[in-house]
This record gives sequence, C-alpha cells and structure tokens, in this order.
Amino acid sequence: MPKQIQRTNDFVVKFANVNGSGSASANELFAKAILRMGVPVSPRNIFPSNIQGLPTWYEARVSEAGYLGRRGSVDMMVAMNPQTWDQDVKEIEPGGYLFYDSSKPLPQSKFRDDINVIGVPLTEICNREYSDPRQRQLFKNIIYVGVLSALLEIDPAEIEKLFSEQYKGKEKLLASNIKALHMGRDYAQANLTCPSGLRVQRSDKVGKQIFIDGNSAAALGCVYGGATVAAWYPITPSSSLAEAFGRYCSKLRVDKETGENRYAIIQAEDELASVGIVIGAAWNGARAFTATSGPGISLMSEFIGLAYFAEIPAVIIDVQRGGPSTGMPTRTQQSDILACAYASHGDTKHVLLFPEDPNECFQMTASALDLADRLQTPVFVMTDLDIGMNQRLCAPLEWDDARQMDRGKVMTREDLDAGKPFGRYTDVDGDGIPYRTYPGTHPTRGAYFTRGTTKDIHAKYSEDGAVYVYNMQRLLKKFESAKSLVPAPVLRAGDSPSKFGVIYFGSTSPAMDEALDMLAELGIPVDALRVRAFPFNETVDDFIAEHEQVFVVEQNRDAQLHKLLVNECAIERSKLLPVLHFDGTPITARFIVGDIEEKLRLFNVTPIKKVAS
Amino acid sequence: MTYLAKPKLHHPSLPKNKVGYTRRDYEGAISTLCAGCGHDSISAAIVQACFELDIEPHRVAKLSGIGCSSKTPTYFLGNSHGFNSVHGRMPSVLTGANLANRDLLYLGVSGDGDSASIGIGQFVHCIRRGVNMVYIVENNGVYGLTKGQFSATADRGSKSKRGAVNADSAVDMVALALQLGATYVARSFSGDKAQLVPLIKGAIEHRGAAFLDVISPCVAFNNHEGSTKSYDYIREHNEAVNRIDFISPRAPITTDYEPGSVQEVLQPDGSVLRLRKLAADYDPHNRIAVMNYLQEHQARGEVVTGLLYVDPEAHDLHAHLNTVAAPLNQLDEAALCPGSKVLEQINASLR
Ligand SMILES: Cc1ncc(C[n+]2csc(CCOP(=O)(O)OP(=O)(O)O)c2C)c(N)n1
Ligand code: SF4
Ligand SMILES: [Mg+2]
Repeated sequence: MPKQIQRTNDFVVKFANVNGSGSASANELFAKAILRMGVPVSPRNIFPSNIQGLPTWYEARVSEAGYLGRRGSVDMMVAMNPQTWDQDVKEIEPGGYLFYDSSKPLPQSKFRDDINVIGVPLTEICNREYSDPRQRQLFKNIIYVGVLSALLEIDPAEIEKLFSEQYKGKEKLLASNIKALHMGRDYAQANLTCPSGLRVQRSDKVGKQIFIDGNSAAALGCVYGGATVAAWYPITPSSSLAEAFGRYCSKLRVDKETGENRYAIIQAEDELASVGIVIGAAWNGARAFTATSGPGISLMSEFIGLAYFAEIPAVIIDVQRGGPSTGMPTRTQQSDILACAYASHGDTKHVLLFPEDPNECFQMTASALDLADRLQTPVFVMTDLDIGMNQRLCAPLEWDDARQMDRGKVMTREDLDAGKPFGRYTDVDGDGIPYRTYPGTHPTRGAYFTRGTTKDIHAKYSEDGAVYVYNMQRLLKKFESAKSLVPAPVLRAGDSPSKFGVIYFGSTSPAMDEALDMLAELGIPVDALRVRAFPFNETVDDFIAEHEQVFVVEQNRDAQLHKLLVNECAIERSKLLPVLHFDGTPITARFIVGDIEEKLRLFNVTPIKKVAS
Repeated sequence: MTYLAKPKLHHPSLPKNKVGYTRRDYEGAISTLCAGCGHDSISAAIVQACFELDIEPHRVAKLSGIGCSSKTPTYFLGNSHGFNSVHGRMPSVLTGANLANRDLLYLGVSGDGDSASIGIGQFVHCIRRGVNMVYIVENNGVYGLTKGQFSATADRGSKSKRGAVNADSAVDMVALALQLGATYVARSFSGDKAQLVPLIKGAIEHRGAAFLDVISPCVAFNNHEGSTKSYDYIREHNEAVNRIDFISPRAPITTDYEPGSVQEVLQPDGSVLRLRKLAADYDPHNRIAVMNYLQEHQARGEVVTGLLYVDPEAHDLHAHLNTVAAPLNQLDEAALCPGSKVLEQINASLR
C-alpha cells in the first residue's frame, strides 16, 4: 500500500481534459461547490491551444488559508485525457491520487506504485445509461464531479443548488444533471473508499468575495468608467475582454425606449486599426479603449507614439502572454513591461497600471479612462493571462454613485464664449497638461490642427528647434504630474524591521503574499512593496533607499521592471536583485522563497526554520 | 512655393452664404505645396463646395494620413478641427472620430501612396464598414513627399521622371471601392473644377461611404511625357460619363436640360444630383454594370470620370451598429454608468 496524503482544505486537484469535451463547465462546478462551502479555491486553465481535441488542464488549488497563487505539484490527478496520460501520472506527488476512467483496462506499466489509483468505469456507466453521444460526453463530466464529491466530501446539496441556479426554468435539464451527479456519488460510495485522504470541510473563509475572471472584470470597469467606443482584434488571452464588454453592454447600455445602443464596438482588421479607432474616438471626445496582447502592442507602436506626442487619450489593456507566434503565447508572463513603458519612436514614455486581481482590473480600467483623459496620453492596463483568463476569488466590485468621469481639461463653448484664451499646447496650470477642445465646439474659436511633433503652443506648424524642445520638456513635466495621479504603491511591512525588501507587481501578488508568510516563518522578515503604476511614485525610491537589498520579483527573463526602476529612479543599481520566473506557468510562493533563500545565502543569512513543502 | 501672406481683413463686400460666412472663411493657411500641384486645386474645390453648401466650418472634421496630399487639410477650412495622423491610417482615425460624434461631417484626405500602398488595408475596411464620410484620394501615381517613387496606382508601363518603367500592375481604387460596397463612387481630375466641385458636394450630402478618386498631377515628379497622371495625358484621355449639378434641398429645381439626357438622383436629405449624361449607355445605379463599363473603357486607355456609382438609399456604420441618435461623446454618467445597485446584483451572480 502506498502512503496516502492526508490534507483537509489544503490540496491541489488537477483535471486533464480534452478540449471541447464540455469539461470546462463541470470543472467550474467543482470549484464553485467548494467555494460555496466557504473554502477558497483558485483554479487555473492551462490550454496549449484552443483547438478542439487538444489537451487542456484545469488546476484547482483548495486553500483554507486563502492562498490563491499557484502552489505547484498535484495531490490528485483527474486523468481524462489518454493523450497526456504519461505526463499527467508523472506529476502526482508520492502518496497522491490518480482518478481515471477504468472502462478500458490499462497495463500495469501505465501506473506508479507510489500513488493511489482510483478507477471508475465512467464510459461504461455512460454508455449503459445514455444512447446519445453528446449526452454521454457531457454527463460523463458530471458523473466524475459526483465521484469527486464523494471522495473529497463536497456537499452534494451545494452542487444541486448550483444546478438549480444554472437550469432555472429548465426542469428536465436540472433533473438529468442531478441524476448524473448521484450516479457518480452512488458508484463511489458503493465501490471506493470514501472519503479519500483529501477532504473539504465547511469553513467561512469566502464571505462576500466574488469569483470572476480579470477580463470580465476589466470589461465591467470599461462599462462603469464610461467607455463608449471599443475596437479590438482577436488575440488570446485578451479576446474574452472585448467579448465580455459586448455582453455587458448589450445588457447594461441599451436605451430601453428605442432599443438603440449607447456604445459602438468594432472588431477591426488588425491592431493598427484598433488603436487608430480608439485614438480617433478619443480625439473626438469619446472614451475609448482597446484590449490586446504583446503582438498587438508591437503593431500599435507607431500610433502610440502619435498619441503621446499629439496628446490624445487612449486606454490600452494589455493581457500579457509569452512572446510571439503560437504555443507559449497561451501561457502567462509579465514580459511587455518595457515594450509598453517606452512604446514607439522618438522620446516617449507611457503610464502603466498593474492590477493584481480581477477587482483591480475593474478599478484600474475605470481609473485608466479617467487618467487618459486627465493626462491626455495613452494609459496601459497591464494584466496577464493568469489574471485575465482565470476565475479568481476577490473582493466584491464597488462603485460610488457620486463618482463622476474626470474628462480632464476640456474647454467648452461657454469657456470660449467667455473669452478664455485657448492655446492647445500651452501649459496654463504649470502641470504640463494643456487644454483641449473637441471638434465642433465653437464656430470661430478653439479649432486647432492635430499633428505629431511639429507644432507650437498654439498647434501651428513649426519646425523651430526651441519650440520642439519646449514641448518635449513640457511632456516630461506632465509625466511628473502623473506620478501623483496614478495608484500609489502598497506597502506590506514585515513583522520586525528588516534590511531586506521585495518589490513585486500584478499577478505575482497572491504567490507573494504566501511567500512573505513562508519567509516570516523561516525567520526572514521581509518588507514588501507592491508597485501599482509607472511612473513610479516617490515612495518607491524611498523604499529602496531604506533597505540594504531589494528583491524585484517578476515573471519575465529580462528583469523588465528591475530595468525600469534602474532607469527611472535615483537609486543604487547594486541594491536590486532580480527574482525571475518565466517558464510560462504562473509564479509560485515556493519558487519565490527558494530563489530568495538562495540569494540570501550570499549574504550569510540562513533560515532558522526549514520550510515544510 | 508661395509664402505670401493673405490679407487678414475681409473685404466688406464679399458675398456671404446662408450661414453668414464668406468664401474666405473656408480657406486655410497658405499652401506650401509646389506651385501648380494638383492638390491645391482640390483644396480650392473643397473650399468652394463647403461654401456653396452653407456648411458651418466648425461642423467639419478633416483628417488625413501623411504625404503632400495629406498636408492639404492645413490649407483649407481653417476653422475646422484637423488631424494629420500617421501614414496610411487616416481611415481608422476617421472611423473612431465618426463613432464618437455622428453629427459632424468627416472629410478624409489621402494620397495614392497613403491609401493604395501602406494604408490599403484601412482603406478597404473603412469602405466595407460604410463609414459616413467623404474620402478623397489625391491620386498622382507617385510618392510626392518622398520625392517621386512610383506608387501603387502608377499604370504598368508608365515612366518615372528618371526614366524607370513601372512593371507592376496598378491598383484601381475606384474598382476596389465599388467592389467593397462604397455607396458613392466618383472619379475626377483636379484640373476640372466644373466637374469636381459638384462631385464633392454630392459626396458631402451622401449618407454613407463616399469615395472620390481625384487624379492630381504632381508637377515635381510626375508631369512628364510617359506619365499617365500628367495634365496633358489626363486631358487627352478623360472620358466623362456625366456631368453633375448638385441641387441643395433648399434650392428650387429648374429644368434647363434636354429631357432624355438628364437623370435626377434624389438623396435621403432631399438634395438632388442632376446627371447630365454624356455616355448614353451609362447607368450609375447598377454596380455590376458600372464595374464592367469601367473595365472595358479602361482597357481602351480611357480615364472614365464623373459620378460612377451612387446608391441613394445607403446605410452607414451607425445604422449597422444601431447606435443612439445622440453623439456618443455627449453621453453622461446617467446614460453610461449602470450604478452601484446593478453592480451589487452582478456581484451576487458571481458567488
Ligand atoms: C510609416 C511610414 N513610412 C514611410 C513614411 C514616409 N512617407 C511619407 S509620405 C510617403 C508617401 C506619400 O505618398 P502619397 O500618399 O501618394 O502622397 P503624395 O505626397 O504623393 O501626395 C511616405 C512613403 C512615413 N511617413 N511613415
Ligand atoms: S512634390 Fe508633387 S505632390 Fe508634392 S507638392 Fe510638389 S507637386 Fe505636389
Ligand atoms: Mg501620391
């Protein structure tokens, strides 16, 4: 008998599925049932491609402690894809569990003797019960959820409740799903040792939190933030953001009386056109955004420079992924930081926001629309596949009904009639931000000609060097002004004073929270600063100054945030130590702690306790 | 080049149009293009068309790409907002602008390099979408601004100033526009103001994608013997299928043409395009027949000009998207933000 891992409310179940087999909704059902029992779960989709028939995985981490980062390693594998069997079996922790469809006998060599094998003849059960091939497929998924509910002690009443919410008014579907669920449960209870060593126990750690993917939350942020024009070109992992915007708008932005839309969405011919449409719309006073990923940013580059120089608002949501082509690009990374911070030609730099989870995706897209208008410049919301395409437990979304859109410095017809002087690129307020007018505002005043670089403060064509220098300096001043307008960094001080600091951002957040707890337990207190925007607020400089060594944790090869810090802050470069994870999987606390421990050895710091893995 | 400043004061006796503007109010900065450049004549035609149509200058947004042609919006409608965007990308910027405020008039000015080479994709797609605009390509068969390289509209066999012969076949923007569903398609010649001005007026009043291919000789790089876009060549090969007169909805309709040779096209806004037919067999409402006619005549070396196609019942992008009548850029929080109660319901559905 192999050993049996015993864990309650703290384990990882991974589902190996075939794309297009309907497993996604069954797996979500599994995760949601556990959430309904008050136990946090963080699932992650791993999909090498979206093509039907190819493998996909769904890795669900159950963690009562609320650690939502990826843990790494697998306690139970639900192996439903023969194509990936060998690899899936290999991933299981010694003492872990392998749940598979035992309808067809497999040779002994296909198994391991240090894991616990749980075979259920799913296909056989389905074939006996259903004649329609589609039903066989779909209910097979529900049957395995039923088996799992018995093995892991998931309350079937919660699953039934989820069914009844999903199939409200479709009684037949409801009944057949409940039947399939119980078929699985009954089989497990009659034939398997239930529960297994992995168990879910009711708790109260979920509370008011919601379960949503970052792309949907960002789309809602665009709805709430008042975006009326969206232009996009399909690219994983950002497409579902534009699609969600369309879905929410069709419910929330249709005039009840006329049935007409208070929004316009264009699926453009490419990313050049997407961002061109956004720039045209924003120039003309509408709030506009596009969602894309790295390759799209490359294509948008020329336009991004124009918008920077001509001072036109634009919100660009970059759901980052791993590089060009296909394959790795369906994995997560934070590898567009430099490409976005300095996108385009000539002297340019741009405002970046780094949301840590769907809640911040919502907040920051809405803020990005304000910031873009206020600063009259492109603003990037830097999410990634890990946040964007996975449902994540997060604080409920909030909106203050008194909040108004900040449309920035826009001169109205009344202003112009009152004789306010207008010079499009004049720094009236000393913050580097000029006033603009929307086309069509006034019959005789306020019209101007928009072009890239070659203009004076009145937007008149000028090739004068001094005029150019003045304007470029003003743009720098504007970038300074941005520092106090963007979201400030969040400090998490260690329990005791520390000479070590760590800087991180975006989707690294949940793994970092866990890593900080682990480091504290090891007797290595570390102060942490979560950077939420570029340009960096002065507290970032201060934080680095206050620590002897600062680890910069990020998910790319080239230490891009580290480079940006070195470039933009008045700091000693040697103080910063990059901690880099870039194999396409989301970063884990284990990785962070391991890497930091190793680096600390160089400073003769040894942990006082060993981490339990 | 002409750098002479124009006198600022208007002559008090200059005639005013119905909205109280003189012709001078539609002018822009002094052109810096080469003296004799066809593009300047097109600017003048735009000025005249807008003046005669009683358009308030500030209700026009003029957008362009990059090129000598794309510089011209500085030289007309000085009281309109203008946008000199990036090379070949005017169509997307114009599309976005149009989405933001459907109440303005959008005038896109481009060159043959801008629209037939680097920007051909954007040209294609904004026509497909039926953006309500006037899209003018000032077609000289060369890249004027970068000093005379062949453009994609240069005819096969035409000779550059330096003597090189173009071996590639030409992109025919009119044929493309027709195929892509433009609902108003015309071709004209910058040197033929009498034909060009009414064509621009008709395009402005048209509600949909109006495309004008205006052959516009480049005196610096493409006006020599062996060029098929020179003044002489076009004057010799111009085959006008019709002459149009634009009759505004406000003007009384008079009939001073020979019946049988005149056809009237009523546009949705009440304006009338009166076509004086020059080619008896030409029907501007039959897209397929038009395409065939153009192919046949072009094969004979003729440059067919006039109002080539018009669909008086065109729909535009806003109709396709079913957007509200109010410009999107004027909607406020109440119209756009669903508020906290709805958000609470959304939260509840996510637990
Ligand atoms: C991305 C980019 N590539 C190249 C150029 C250089 N360029 C400027 S104008 C032009 C061609 C313009 O030709 P056309 O549109 O026919 O205008 P014309 O000057 O003939 O009126 C080129 C290639 C540019 N501005 N941007
Ligand atoms: S180079 Fe050619 S296109 Fe440019 S201004 Fe001179 S004549 Fe016109
Ligand atoms: Mg040209």
